[in-house]
Order: sequence, then C-alpha cells, then structure tokens
Amino acid sequence: MHTSTLRRLAVGGALSLVAGLALAQDITGAGATFPAPIYAKWADAYNKATGARMNYQSVGSGAGIKQIKAKTVDFGASDMPLKDEDLAKDGLLQFPTVIGGVVPVVNIKGVAPGQIKLTGQALGDIYLGKITKWNDPALTALNPGVPLPDAAIAVVRRADGSGTSFIFTNYLSKVNAEWKTKVGEGTAVNWPTGAGGKGNEGVAAFVQRLPNSIGYVEYAYVKQNKMNYTLLKNAAGSFVAPDDANFKAAAAGADWAKSFYQILTEQPGKDAWPLTGATFILMYKSQDKPASASAALKFFEWAYAQGDAMAAELEYVALPANVKDLVRKQWGEIKDSSGKAVAFK
Amino acid sequence: MTASLPTGASLQEMPIERTGSPGSPPPARRFSRWPDVVFSGLALGAAWLTLALLAGIIGSLVVGAMPAIREYGLSFLWRAEWDPVQDRYGGLVMIYGTLMSSFIALLIAVPVSFGIALFLTELSPNWLKRPLGTAIELLAAVPSIVYGMWGLLVFGPLLAQYVQQPLQAAFGGVPFFGQLFKGAPVGLGLLSAGIILAIMVIPFIASVMRDVFEVTPPMLKESAYGLGATTWEVVYKVVLPYTKTGVIGGIMLGLGRALGETMAVTFVIGNMNQLDSLSLFEAANSITSALANEFAEAGEGLHQASLIYLGLILFFITFVVLTLSKLLLLRLKRNEGVRS
Repeated sequence: MHTSTLRRLAVGGALSLVAGLALAQDITGAGATFPAPIYAKWADAYNKATGARMNYQSVGSGAGIKQIKAKTVDFGASDMPLKDEDLAKDGLLQFPTVIGGVVPVVNIKGVAPGQIKLTGQALGDIYLGKITKWNDPALTALNPGVPLPDAAIAVVRRADGSGTSFIFTNYLSKVNAEWKTKVGEGTAVNWPTGAGGKGNEGVAAFVQRLPNSIGYVEYAYVKQNKMNYTLLKNAAGSFVAPDDANFKAAAAGADWAKSFYQILTEQPGKDAWPLTGATFILMYKSQDKPASASAALKFFEWAYAQGDAMAAELEYVALPANVKDLVRKQWGEIKDSSGKAVAFK
Repeated sequence: MTASLPTGASLQEMPIERTGSPGSPPPARRFSRWPDVVFSGLALGAAWLTLALLAGIIGSLVVGAMPAIREYGLSFLWRAEWDPVQDRYGGLVMIYGTLMSSFIALLIAVPVSFGIALFLTELSPNWLKRPLGTAIELLAAVPSIVYGMWGLLVFGPLLAQYVQQPLQAAFGGVPFFGQLFKGAPVGLGLLSAGIILAIMVIPFIASVMRDVFEVTPPMLKESAYGLGATTWEVVYKVVLPYTKTGVIGGIMLGLGRALGETMAVTFVIGNMNQLDSLSLFEAANSITSALANEFAEAGEGLHQASLIYLGLILFFITFVVLTLSKLLLLRLKRNEGVRS
C-alpha cells in the first residue's frame, strides 16, 4: 500500500520531469473561486497523466473576466455567464464545465434536515426582511406540524461578491417580484437585511453558530458540515431536496443548443433543484497563441472525458453528455490567425 | 645599527626605527572611493524609492478612482447608498463604520492603556515590570485574523448573551437609549468591532504611554511626592501635563492602526450597508472590509472605481492621523530638549 503510493509518486515525478524536458505547454487560467477546488484536482491529475501543468488562480469571477480580456491568461473563469452580445463584442466564447447547487441552510432546534419547506416567495420575503419570525403564518402554512419557534430569524448572507450570491439573487429575482424591483441580481447586491459572512465557510460558520438562523451555501458545505438544509418548491410545483440527481435535472432542462448563456435557476422539470448554476470558462475565439489555446482545450477535453468521478468526489455535478458534445462543437470556433481550428484532441 | 649600545649614549640619540621614510605620516589605508559612493547612492536610492512608491500609490489610486470621482465628486462622502446592481455608490456607511468603530476602540483602549502605563511606571513592583510589559507588547504580535476568529466564535456570542440581551431587557422600552441596543442578538456589529480593535491597539498605546511616562524627570515627581501628593495627583498633575503630547501621539498611532485594520473587523462587523439604525449591535460596514469583500468580484467601471475611491479616502484619513501624531511627537522631543 505504502510502497505503491510512493512508487506512484516517484513515477509521477519522473513523468512530469520527462514531460518538462519535452517542453509541455503550461496552461494558465484565472477566475471564479467556486470551481477552484475541482480545477485544482483536475490539474493535478492531468499533470500526472500528461505532464502538462495547469495553473489556476482563484481570484474571483470579476478578476477572471478582467484577466482574460487583458489576455494575461489562456482562459478566464466566471460563475456568472456573459450575455451572448457581450461575448460577441469582445470576440470571446464561453462554455460550462461543472454544475453546482446552492442550498438554503437553517439552524433551528428540533428541526431535522429537509424538514422545512420553503417557496421562492417565502425565501425572498425572509431576505427582504418582511418575514422576521419563524412562526410567521407564511412559514407555518408551508410547514404544518413542524415545531417552528417564536423567534426572530437571523438572516445570514455572503459579504463578499460571489457567484453563489449571483445564483441565489438570480433565483429570488425570478420568483419574488418585490426582490426583483428592490434588490435585483448580481455577485454583490444591496442586501436589505442580514449579517454578512466571508466566503461559504463564513456563512456556514455563522449559521452553525447562530440559533434560528438561515443562510445559503454551496452544496459541498452542506455535505461536509452536515448542515440542516431546506426543501424548495421548484418551477414544476414539487418540493425537492438538494442532491446531485436534482442538480442534473436542472441542467437537463436548459436549452444549451441555443446558447451557453444558461442560468440554471428555476428550471422546468419535476426534479429540478431551483438553485442550480453552472460555472463557465471564457476563451478568445481568434487566438494569436494557438499552441496555448490548444493546450487549454486539451485539458478541458481530458477533464470532460476523465474528470466526472473527481467532480463527484468534490460534490460538483458533471455536465450531461449531450451538453459536452455541444461544447466540443463550439470549440471548433476557436481558430488561429490563419483561420484554422485549434486542435483539442 | 649595532646590537650593543655604547654606554653613555642618550636615548634621544638613538635612531628610531620606522617602516617608512623618516618624517612622513603613516601611510593611509588604501581603499578606493567607489564602494562609498555606491553605498551612499544605494541608500539614497532606497529612500527615494519609498517616496516614489508612495507617490505612485497615491497616483494610481487617484487614476483608478477617477470614474467615481467624476461621477460623484465630494458628494460620495455623504451618499449612503451602495447598490452594485443599480450601479449607484456612496461611501457614508463605510466611512461612518470605520470612524465609529475606531472611536469606540479608542474610548476603551485609552483608559485601559493609561492604567497599564501608570501601573508599569508608578505602581508595579520592579520584578513585575519587565514580564508584564513584555506580555502586553506580545499582544501586538498576535495576527489580526486570530483576533477576528476569536471575536467571531468566542467573544461575539458572549457579548450577545451577557451584554446585549440584558441591556435590551433593561432599556428596550426607553426611547432613544433603547435604540442603541436594538438588533438580533448575534454578537456582530460596531460594538464587537470596536472592542476587538481596542484589544488590538492597547499594546501600541500602552507601550508609547509607558515610554513617555518614563521620560518624566524623577526630580519633578519626587518633588511632588515630597509635597505630599498622592500617586494619582502626581500622575494627573505632573506626569500627564509633562507628557501630554507624547500621550496624544501614542493615541494617534493606535488610531491609525484601528482605522486600517481589515481582517479582524471583517469578521465581526457584520458587513451590512445600513445606517437606518444607530444601534451598536446592528451589523455595519467599514471601508477596509468593503474593500476586502467586494474588490475581487467587482466588475470594471463604477463599482471598482468607487471601491478605489473608498481606499483613497481611507488613505487620506490615516495619512492625516499619522501626520498629526508625527507632528505631536516632534513637538514633544523639542520640548524635552528645552526643559532638560
């Protein structure tokens, strides 16, 4: 056991050394923090398999978009898809890599995970500061028989700008009219109420610490910390729990063939989890450095082919096969200066 | 010469052996002037580099903030709105949070530091002075993020449970006064931030105070004691007037530190852009935590420019504070020279 690990390490090291001598193309990318763990894992495995190195700086979606526009990186990464016209203006294209879910979590004594049901309307009203107590009629009507306390709701949300907040506020804008006009959607918004935690870990810590609190975190944090998630009513009218299958159901409902500008919140489908989102890669269509573009595409092709299990380990959901094929088709649009498509296989 | 001296010959007549020619000074050590020139050049360069960096930082802040400066001008200082979705920004909430949390910090830290310095210079037995002084200075070495986490996980809940809730129960119905204690009992807000900041700046203020208390000439103090003054009277009427400017300088140093602190404040201030309530327990925001939280995800344009504008304002505030403290310390030094 031990020796085999050692041997693997040694072989890996030797391989990467050999590959380093063979002038493997290094890939650099920057952007969203949400997919950073899976990109790092893929990069590590890819390095062992092929010897090529992928450096990903998780600096935030905004900074990632800035860096790809400045062409300091081979690809940018963003949790918020760019609109097709913005992409066209800059000559960029985008494609999704993995899917993740955002989950409302609560901390109420005597309430088990999945016991509380919420609608988008109620969730929006809580975050608007309109529903302030757990035993508000709007909540008790949704949850007959659940011991909701006569206590103030401690609202927790992200303090830093983040793709998680974008998915959350995008969802609330779709399902709560007042939220849409008063607050709107974005990576950072003018929150009407609530304490701000820094990062998913900050929100998770707040919710675990504060009695009668509600917050929202990425699914991985719910699983790791065994947090008390809620059910949500989806567009089809059924109450669903957050899990991989339901995230996938949300991704399947989107019309990827039309555009990759897909925000996967409130998707149709009986099982679709309404707070789902994909994370995206941005690249230039016309490449003055086709070699590095090709290296980057090869990396993502490898990740599409080999990386699903690794994504699942980290609680991300891989793209459905048909979406991957659509992405591969779009890669054909990435061309070098002479107009030849950049190879990715 | 000869090995045996002729008897009767005086010492003066003895030839003195010298390595060089007689009458010339010993040869100067041989070295080139170049290292000297290079070294002074490097030192000069280092000094100018610092200045150039400072100018460069100010310059890039001004350039980066330009879109926001053009859009809002000085009205940015009193606009309370911060809405990235509508792209409308104003700095009042953050400026208020920064100034208020630092003010609370000083309100707590100054009396405590004064007590520490007084104890260390006037009351403490000699064997305790050194370990106690060192221990207090060690507080300054604790990384600020540790204070932040401690504030969030340990101190905040205690504050909410044993301070806020009793205060709410006692003053909840009282107009105005009750307003100060409103809010969900989560232990986050201006008061938590102020107390954490106070703990962080106490070592700075206390050590400066101790140092200046020690420069008070013993003769003055002993004369006062000789006239029958109590310890308090000596400190209040002799030491404090003598060291006034130094004490203020130390407080300014602490204030500068409190204004610029980021991580610890971000953890406990609650990061909420609101000014509806003056409650000390309501979540607020500060310039530094707004910058730390929003900068990475801020899109190009007004959002980023407004954040940089906030940075410029903070730079200006701390610059003024530090300049004032330097001026006060300089004045203290000059006065010392005159009096001693």
